[in-house]
Amino acid sequence: MAGTEPKVTLDLARGLGLTADEYDRIIARLGREPSYTELGLFSALWSEHCAYKHSRVFLSRLPTRAPHLLQGPGENAGAVDIGDGWAIVFKMESHNHPSFIEPFQGAATGVGGILRDIFTMGARPIAILDSLRFGDPSDPKTRQLVNGVVSGISWYGNCFGCPTVGGEIAFAPEYSGNPLVNVMCVGLVRADRIFRARAEGVGNPVFYVGNKTGRDGIHGATMASATFDDEAEAKRPTVQVGDPFTEKLLLEACLEAMATGAVVGIQDMGAAGLACCTSEMPARSGTGMEVELSAVPQRETEMTPYELLLSESQERMLLVGARGRDEELRCVFAKWELDAVKIGEVTAGPELVVRHRGEPVARVPVDALADGPRYDKPHAPPAWLAERQAFDPLSLPEPADYGATLVRLMSAPTIASKEWAYRQYDQQVGTNTLVLPGSDAAVLRIKGTRRAIAVSTDGNGRQVVLDPRRGGALAVCEAARNVSCAGGRPLGVTDCMNFGSPERPEILWQFAEAIDGIAEACRALEVPVVGGNVSFYNETSGQAILPTPICGVVGVLEDAGRLATQWFKATGHRIALLGPDAVSLGGSEYLWTLHGRVAGRLAPLDLEMERRVQSAVRAAVQAGLVTAAHDCSEGGLAVALAESSVSGTRTGAAVGCDVTVERGRRLDETLFGEGPSRVVVSVEAARQREFEALMAESAIPWRWIGTTGGERLTVRAAGRVVVDVAVDRIEHAWRSGFERHMA
Amino acid sequence: MRFGVVVFPGTWSDCDFHYVISEVIRQPVKYVWHRDRNLSDLDCVILPGGFSYGDYLRAGAVAGKSPVVEALLEFVANGGYVLGSCNGFQILCEAGLLPGVLMRNECLQYRCQSTNLLVENVETPFTRGLRAGQVLTMPISHGEGKYYADPPTLAALKARHGIVFRYATADGQVVKAANPNGSVENIAGVVNETGTVLGLMPHPERAAETAMGGTDGLLLLQSLLGTLVEDGTFLKR
Repeated sequence: MAGTEPKVTLDLARGLGLTADEYDRIIARLGREPSYTELGLFSALWSEHCAYKHSRVFLSRLPTRAPHLLQGPGENAGAVDIGDGWAIVFKMESHNHPSFIEPFQGAATGVGGILRDIFTMGARPIAILDSLRFGDPSDPKTRQLVNGVVSGISWYGNCFGCPTVGGEIAFAPEYSGNPLVNVMCVGLVRADRIFRARAEGVGNPVFYVGNKTGRDGIHGATMASATFDDEAEAKRPTVQVGDPFTEKLLLEACLEAMATGAVVGIQDMGAAGLACCTSEMPARSGTGMEVELSAVPQRETEMTPYELLLSESQERMLLVGARGRDEELRCVFAKWELDAVKIGEVTAGPELVVRHRGEPVARVPVDALADGPRYDKPHAPPAWLAERQAFDPLSLPEPADYGATLVRLMSAPTIASKEWAYRQYDQQVGTNTLVLPGSDAAVLRIKGTRRAIAVSTDGNGRQVVLDPRRGGALAVCEAARNVSCAGGRPLGVTDCMNFGSPERPEILWQFAEAIDGIAEACRALEVPVVGGNVSFYNETSGQAILPTPICGVVGVLEDAGRLATQWFKATGHRIALLGPDAVSLGGSEYLWTLHGRVAGRLAPLDLEMERRVQSAVRAAVQAGLVTAAHDCSEGGLAVALAESSVSGTRTGAAVGCDVTVERGRRLDETLFGEGPSRVVVSVEAARQREFEALMAESAIPWRWIGTTGGERLTVRAAGRVVVDVAVDRIEHAWRSGFERHMA
Repeated sequence: MRFGVVVFPGTWSDCDFHYVISEVIRQPVKYVWHRDRNLSDLDCVILPGGFSYGDYLRAGAVAGKSPVVEALLEFVANGGYVLGSCNGFQILCEAGLLPGVLMRNECLQYRCQSTNLLVENVETPFTRGLRAGQVLTMPISHGEGKYYADPPTLAALKARHGIVFRYATADGQVVKAANPNGSVENIAGVVNETGTVLGLMPHPERAAETAMGGTDGLLLLQSLLGTLVEDGTFLKR
């Protein structure tokens, strides 16, 4: 082997993404020069993707405790107790870099990776949500990326058999060189049957299970820890190739193996593959591990130890079994026609010893690998921020025609219907989906109980770039508000932090501020962060993406029969607006769509008010008092009303409305300004008094603003009709706004 | 009435069918592994949706030659009832138990959406509780659901009233706009000559509870129960 391996030098280490300082640190930890294979181990495990080098100091600020929390950050996924003995396991992860290089396989394996994170905990995946960000939708390159990503998600999720129930798609030019593919998966497990990625019990066998290892994805983690240049597509071989059928076999086999009681610990071979599992599992348990690489099932010949350790071939797990029960485990995997090969043993530690054909090729303390460097790098607000915030949107002219402006906003690709995407996803397999994609949150029942869960993902890069702290808080608030609008009590947050290069002080500042904002919102809403993922280096040729934290929230409904959707159901229902009046055109969809600007200040956020509004909405939904509930987000109050009018057309007819608004400072701000803690609800006239009584108890500002019905959307202000548009016209704009770019 | 739900390694509607049969229509039901050949204790075999053996080749092509499907040929010859939905329909065509073939959707994309089905044949054991011209609502979820049969096969199918369901509008118009996958003549489901084997692309098990948005799918299973009560099979159990 040694004859064919490159000589280990500082230059080689740099080529693998390590710095001179990190290289010195490796030599200090080992007390010698690393071998080529050892250097490979360090380069992968000390990559930003695996080691969270730049982010760890900030991530510790997130609140990660709650009475109902069963598993916080540090495992493959987090878990919350939803009652009746059941737990929900969930996590969101990014697959941004691979999806730009090869959109179909990049997105597909993004789905595959997060599915494994969930079922490695012993949970059966019951829902997928995707938050996607792309560049200008009229650019042919964007169309190709959207097509590739959506069909990759569709291919993997559908074949595997887990419904895709929600998510969002938004567009901004800053994402054109770096699309975002963030996938969240939700799984269901008995609360006392959660498995963890631990290598306990000296002498316990270590099994390699699942797909065979090939040369795909080698150094994927390192690739995901660097920025792109014009040569990005030459990195295609670092993208993994997925096989959803094998993933399905692996799911069934793992759950069946876990049920035998012969599984001690299990971890998905995701980023940095075997290298990651063989070091992280013993590191968590204070043990060591010895493995023999020639036993690893391979689908290519002459693979080197380096390649075997760093391959990111998909659909594989490392499983620690209970001693003496090898045969039981082998039988389960044989039933599903999968390899289950003993490749080593848990040792007393503290080292990972790797052999190949009997020869030692690496001997490294597991904690040296698993505990990478941590940086506390300088961070400072960008010089341009103050000027950008100082812009006053009201210095721009008022639109001449408010009806036409509303129609234009409804056809903006970020707001328009995403049916083109979600009709390609199986949304119902498992027969749990009570609320399908297209409402604020998806709702899934928990069979055998009266309960259901509501799930939603959200994040708005425009808000974060203008005010990272408030923007971060808003991502949590909006995802939680969506869940509350469906009737769910938020139980936990998973966050996917997508940013540019942390080596630039202004990017690291955006990150730190966003984390602080998320932390503040989580404390105020009493929801812990259960885990997540940081994706840095989302920049191409020096152009960073909008800073984009995406939050996924899971909530519980005690009564699955008491839920709400966002669309108006019938004529004659009273419409109420709950929450404060404060809105702003700063960072709004209106300002971008009509004026091409991302500037100004965000509306104030009062977290206590946010908590009270969400609590009031939940109470109203749970009491069966509202016929629709919809939060006001992109496009403000006018767009929220229009969406409530037309988004129920999959199951019924569009329902118009007639509302009256206070004029405010200026009508465009009142109608299209965006502000937190605002929800539109509809109430049957017969339940009006009950609703009023409930709101009186809730101590929030609210008022009746109109009535549902008719075939037009009419808005009055100061005694004048300011918007009067046929709902058909709105529906057409909303249905075609995104799809027309994909045709 | 004893139901068997066939499980290939890549099947995913197995649990959903099992749930509807045991919890909604409350009949005895068991899973049948794809390597099993013994179907003797069953009245009706369900072939559910999914990706049987991965379907990287043509959907259902490999499953059509599987041990359980070989046993199914004998089961059908002995008068047993078979309901194949989605991947199950594809497998029945591949196995030669139903005429025609399911091809890639005309739009070249996967489609998951609600569809309306016009009921054309109410003389089958699965549809005898329905009215001719009735419109049922059931979702589809497939990438390869474009039904095709060559002209002689199609003519023979029509002559024996083998077409059971066609994609239609909510008021029963069989038009191109209501066809989600490009199936020839909007065909959504067909039955064999003896009427004992039904294949359809839509998912009846996803339309079997009000909470899931409708109960039209249940009508097929209820018709079948009625058939068995009447022909005495039910009472022999």
